[in-house]
Amino acid sequence: MASVQSSARPKTARKSAADSDAAAPFTGSNIAEFTREQELEAYKMMLLIRRFEEKAGQMYGMGLIGGFCHLYIGQEAVVSGVQLASKEGDAVITGYRDHGHMLALGMDAKGVMAELTGRRGGLSKGKGGSMHMFSKEKHFYGGHGIVAAQVPLGTGLAFAHRYRGNDSVSLTYFGDGAANQGQVYESFNMAELWKLPVVYIIENNRYAMGTAVTRASAQTDFSKRGLSFNIPGVQVDGMDVRAVKAAADQAISWCREGNGPFILEMQTYRYRGHSMSDPAKYRTKEEVQKVRDEHDPIEQVRSRILKANMATEDELKKIDAGVRAVVAEAAEFATNDPEPDASELWTDILK
Amino acid sequence: MPTNILMPALSPTMEQGKIARWMKKEGDSIKSGDILAEIETDKATMEVEAVDEGVLAKILVPDGTDNVAVNTPIGVIAGEGEDASAAASPAPAVPATQHKPEAAPVAAEAKAPPQPAPAAAPAAVAPDPEIPAGTAMTTMTVREALRDAMAEEMRRDGDVFVMGEEVAEYQGAYKVTQGLLQEFGPKRVVDTPITEHGFAGLAVGAAFSGLRPVLEFMTFNFAMQAIDQIVNSAAKTLYMSGGQMGCPIVFRGPNGAAARVAAQHSQDYTAWYSHIPGLKVVAPYTAADFKGLLKSAIRDPNPIVFLENEILYGQSFDVPQIDDYLVPIGKARIARPGKDVTMVSWSIGVSYALKAAAELEKDGIDVEIVDLRTIRPMDVPAIVASVKKTGRCITIEEGYRQNSVGSEIAARLMEEAFDYLDAPVTRITGKDVPMPYAANLEKLALPNVAEIVQAAKAVLYR
Repeated sequence: MASVQSSARPKTARKSAADSDAAAPFTGSNIAEFTREQELEAYKMMLLIRRFEEKAGQMYGMGLIGGFCHLYIGQEAVVSGVQLASKEGDAVITGYRDHGHMLALGMDAKGVMAELTGRRGGLSKGKGGSMHMFSKEKHFYGGHGIVAAQVPLGTGLAFAHRYRGNDSVSLTYFGDGAANQGQVYESFNMAELWKLPVVYIIENNRYAMGTAVTRASAQTDFSKRGLSFNIPGVQVDGMDVRAVKAAADQAISWCREGNGPFILEMQTYRYRGHSMSDPAKYRTKEEVQKVRDEHDPIEQVRSRILKANMATEDELKKIDAGVRAVVAEAAEFATNDPEPDASELWTDILK
Repeated sequence: MPTNILMPALSPTMEQGKIARWMKKEGDSIKSGDILAEIETDKATMEVEAVDEGVLAKILVPDGTDNVAVNTPIGVIAGEGEDASAAASPAPAVPATQHKPEAAPVAAEAKAPPQPAPAAAPAAVAPDPEIPAGTAMTTMTVREALRDAMAEEMRRDGDVFVMGEEVAEYQGAYKVTQGLLQEFGPKRVVDTPITEHGFAGLAVGAAFSGLRPVLEFMTFNFAMQAIDQIVNSAAKTLYMSGGQMGCPIVFRGPNGAAARVAAQHSQDYTAWYSHIPGLKVVAPYTAADFKGLLKSAIRDPNPIVFLENEILYGQSFDVPQIDDYLVPIGKARIARPGKDVTMVSWSIGVSYALKAAAELEKDGIDVEIVDLRTIRPMDVPAIVASVKKTGRCITIEEGYRQNSVGSEIAARLMEEAFDYLDAPVTRITGKDVPMPYAANLEKLALPNVAEIVQAAKAVLYR
């Protein structure tokens, strides 16, 4: 993406953050060197999300998935890169565009898809739907349908880590649209005031539903949104999984070391509409095609792998086939799994 | 002419206070702005400044005097060459005005009123049958009972922490958290910025991860800023996660009208929160119930909206000297047994009912009062049992009439006790207006004893 490398960055933020790690200045534009295993892992993770979301879109069209369904296609590098930088125990929370986060965390594709179709084998027994899934085991705290509500919640997860005295961090994702909600800044203030270990990951996909960031945001450099709270932030090429990993590595260590919160603006793009019912008339087909052709996160990894002879076409095809099998199995399960028993209407209201 | 210095009201609900100490001696000359004395209220110790100039001719109420009623003359300022003895007369009609609190005792916008709060000392409540006969009792205020409940639960469980505005260093805007910071330290007693939406969400997030926050709203009026996190995040996540998650949190603070703080600071949210599946809503009246129910609420694995009342904070009740005194959530209590008419209320509404019952007793009408204590889940069987006995029911609350808790009770009685009703269920509620400031209008807007008495006679066809 053209704007990624040239963006201005907050001087004070860069300075204080860079000071902590003289060897690697904190600019957000570092590129992590990936081993063969890491490249292949990233490729597989992103491909699973892509194929899963494509299938979900298809199943929505068939009437198997109802309500709202927000696809992550185009943004796969963000959650994949951050996931590669995190460790067991770190908490993850996001908004309603959440399928990719769950898959990246290793939550069962069958359970995710069956939740989309509202079946009893869904991760929330069919009672949460696309926007509301959780996994205590994977430390995934949702899946929240109210724009930006997850930001104070994620800050609270960081508060809990600090309260318990462990070194886990909270990875709190939200979009460029959510970044204009007041509770985000209430959270920033407390997070910095109390030096809470939370990485705020702003997935800037350039549109809040149909409103371009330039039409909604007085300050379109989201890495600067924490400046008045002294929270450092950087802009990152969110289409390059290695750049995401490098930035997440640094932000996460910043938080683990007790320096307080950090903001990562991930510059990314969603290929599909805001939700399945969005015709996306607010942008041109050419704009979408250009990103697909020049910046696709999966194609970038694929061509690097082939160029560096890390794997052959055949080996990649095998990975593709494996991913397709997982998604097909998930779709099959989600289509045939029964709906929840009527008695489930009345369960899980109170403990 | 000599001027009386009157005992000032230093908070919306202060009725009396203590002269901690005089800062001036008799004979000292006084300029406006001088600190005359320190006054201890139920919430804080405050300095009182002089407005009038002259000489402190006489101290009428000495250091250390307790329970000095608001507007009592406590000293006399004489002008130059004046005789002070002329002024030491009974309290004049004009209210005390020569105070200037160093810091506002409650929300910054709350100014001291010129007259005391509407509710007087509590009328007697029937003993709780759950407490064994002969149990030793301690008299304590609702404020102290709440503090003890939090302290006991914090000693018991390291995951319990208290968070809110002014809860730690200030010792609580209403002194409810007094002493907690000293005992438990700043990690577990956390002062927040003024940021209700943010800190409510933060506390809910902490509860998702298994901590047990006790979140104080300075008043529930301010919780409207946070209601999305209470309803959409705290109440619904257990269901949306198919039972995986949980949110063990208590949202607590004063609810309903205080005194003379007008529309934006005087609203009863009982009906609002009781509408929501996934929440429990508790609103006790006695100090014993406040203590036992808050302890139960802190241990409960669900989100609890715990509604207190500013006027009740300073009122004293007997609290049983029982280790680990718990009152079950969801159970009503008969606050006064009777046979002629049932009154259902909770929180401060019970005090109206008790006063009305005392009035009605003079006319030979025997009132049974059901103190609901918990609004959701509602103890409908207890209401039905009482109505089966009396055949009549009056509900009393400060909230608005439309979609009130009383409306729900009326509907439930239609469904479950229709054949037992000898008269329509009558709702006594706050009037359908924003709370006015003027003292007379405020009184008219709230439920009052006279209208309850009248309603009771009406349902008895007398």
